[in-house]
Amino acid sequence: MEKLLEVDRLTKIFYQGSLLSRIKIMAVDDVSFHIEPGEIFALAGESGCGKTTIAKIILDFEEATSGRIIYKGEDRESVKDDKVWFTEDVQAVFQDPFETFNPLRRVDRYFFEAAHNFELAKKRKEVVKLIEENLNAVGLSYDEFYGKYPSEFSGGQLQRVSVARSLLTDPKLLIADEPVSMVDASLRMSIVNLFKKLREQFGMSVLYITHDLATAYYVSDRIAIMFRGHIVEMGPVEQVLMEPKHPYTQLLKDSIPKADPNQRWSEDIELAELEQEEYQKKGCRFAGRCPQATELCKEEVPANAHVEGVLVKCHKYAGTGNTKLP
Amino acid sequence: MNETILRTEDLKAFYVLDVHGTEKVVKAVNDVNLDIRENEVYGIAGESGCGKTTLLKTLYAAMEPPLRLIDGKVYYRPYGEEVDVYSIGQEEKRRLRWEYISYVPQGSMSVLNPVIKVKETYRDFIVSHVGGKTKDEAFDIARSQIAELGLPSQVLDAYPHQLSGGMRQRVTIALSSLLEPRIIICDEPTTALDVVVQRGVVQLLRDIQEYLENTIVVVTHDMGVQANIADRVGIMYAGKFVEEGPVDDIFNRPRHPYTQYLINSLPKFGDKTPRESVPGSPPSLMDLPGGCPFNPRCPHAMDVCTEQMPSFTRLDARHKVACWLVGGEDGKTA
Repeated sequence: MEKLLEVDRLTKIFYQGSLLSRIKIMAVDDVSFHIEPGEIFALAGESGCGKTTIAKIILDFEEATSGRIIYKGEDRESVKDDKVWFTEDVQAVFQDPFETFNPLRRVDRYFFEAAHNFELAKKRKEVVKLIEENLNAVGLSYDEFYGKYPSEFSGGQLQRVSVARSLLTDPKLLIADEPVSMVDASLRMSIVNLFKKLREQFGMSVLYITHDLATAYYVSDRIAIMFRGHIVEMGPVEQVLMEPKHPYTQLLKDSIPKADPNQRWSEDIELAELEQEEYQKKGCRFAGRCPQATELCKEEVPANAHVEGVLVKCHKYAGTGNTKLP
Repeated sequence: MNETILRTEDLKAFYVLDVHGTEKVVKAVNDVNLDIRENEVYGIAGESGCGKTTLLKTLYAAMEPPLRLIDGKVYYRPYGEEVDVYSIGQEEKRRLRWEYISYVPQGSMSVLNPVIKVKETYRDFIVSHVGGKTKDEAFDIARSQIAELGLPSQVLDAYPHQLSGGMRQRVTIALSSLLEPRIIICDEPTTALDVVVQRGVVQLLRDIQEYLENTIVVVTHDMGVQANIADRVGIMYAGKFVEEGPVDDIFNRPRHPYTQYLINSLPKFGDKTPRESVPGSPPSLMDLPGGCPFNPRCPHAMDVCTEQMPSFTRLDARHKVACWLVGGEDGKTA
């Protein structure tokens, strides 16, 4: 299949500390993946693993240190002057809907503004009709939306309003950065189901960034697990989450609380002491906590191995299958 | 069952607001009867805005205007005898806090003083609540507790900003258990934390409970966490409790339609069947619907549901539910 968006060897380096004791943090370290049309692709990992940085770079809020963002076969840097071309197609939904919207501004203003900026319709009537259609798509009506301020919505409703706004331009790709983490568990599924519906109805692709593996499993087709700037495992969600290969994915999966009092966690786990230190590690960054770590893991960054259609960045799988970079 | 350690009687706590001259009343805790026992973990679950946090503030007797105690009583059992918390003086209340009952508020990872090291916070705490300790003695107490709970000893010498959110949360929980209180109240201890760290926090709470054999009251909307820590769970909706029972009953035999939605909306691994979230949105606590507050969202709503709030029906000794489908007032099971 043709690739809609391709992230090619993306690297982002942040520096921390003063001039004298500066440390380098590879927030995103040589990350490559792609998203196909009509696909929900999940990017999962704990906070501080670099997933939001990737979203920011794709959305051009942040500049990459190196690497390319290729959209529909064209390098985004080369068409940067034509901002509309990209933003019309790629829209975003953010974590906290109450921070997305200015609390002192009526929510419908954002819709009319977007319609104006993208020249979506000429007459006001047409704009209203367009807004109405998109609100209906997320399960809201124009009347219960018009003239209201953000504080008059509940979190779940406002997040759906935020999705409706992003739909105005008829995007091909929706970048959803932790869209459900601020929403109540009981309403979470309404947002996640919405993504499924949008994909089925409009063939939209979604980059679903989350730390919630259970919803990622429920909604996505493929998944990439990130750890401290690296993608450690990537492949079809069924394989990655049901038969995790990388020890970190296994730990993540085991740490999801099961809604079953008969299956409580029994083993104790080891937690990272300081994030910074893990970023500074010479070899595999998970080696400090990995139950299967060897001397090699502490010395050398593992290469990407391809095992049964899944990419794994672990020494355990070195030599099995094709270890070349794709 | 063990002895009651914390009890409430027809507790009502409302926010009384003055909006442009008219009085508005937010009914955050509306007629709550709790009976929490010794040596148990009691979980309180429900959507945000259902009054969970307000209930905890009321239990801890830490109310500030506009929140007001309208009616009802809160009883502690500090020395074998029940004490009505709202009838005792400030000084006695202060003495009970931390030694008998401690409270870990939401977002408590931000309570540590950012400009002093963690061990200095410990020292402040020890000096003001235990008293008569030298600097080194206080540090020793801190060090031995941190070691006992399995936290890395370096945290004591770190500033709060050098620690991750999860580590800060664990330090505050450790601090709250330092004086071995009989009751620890935790408000959303795992929210905003990553899954792995979340597990660490749950593990710590369980360790503390096992060691002190005390009571922990945990408020969280995350049903997965409830399943992992609670012995009994109470489900709260719009200021009221609608169901209460042993964790196994709540998860495997939920009877209230709201509880059923809460449990069934959870995504599970290996199961991609479509899941529904609770339809509609929670009611405004300023303008509650008549009868059972869940009736506008309930798929089984009947006429009686809009007219009268059902009282609790006991399904067995420990499991009770307030729903007209399950008998309602007359106590018969449907």
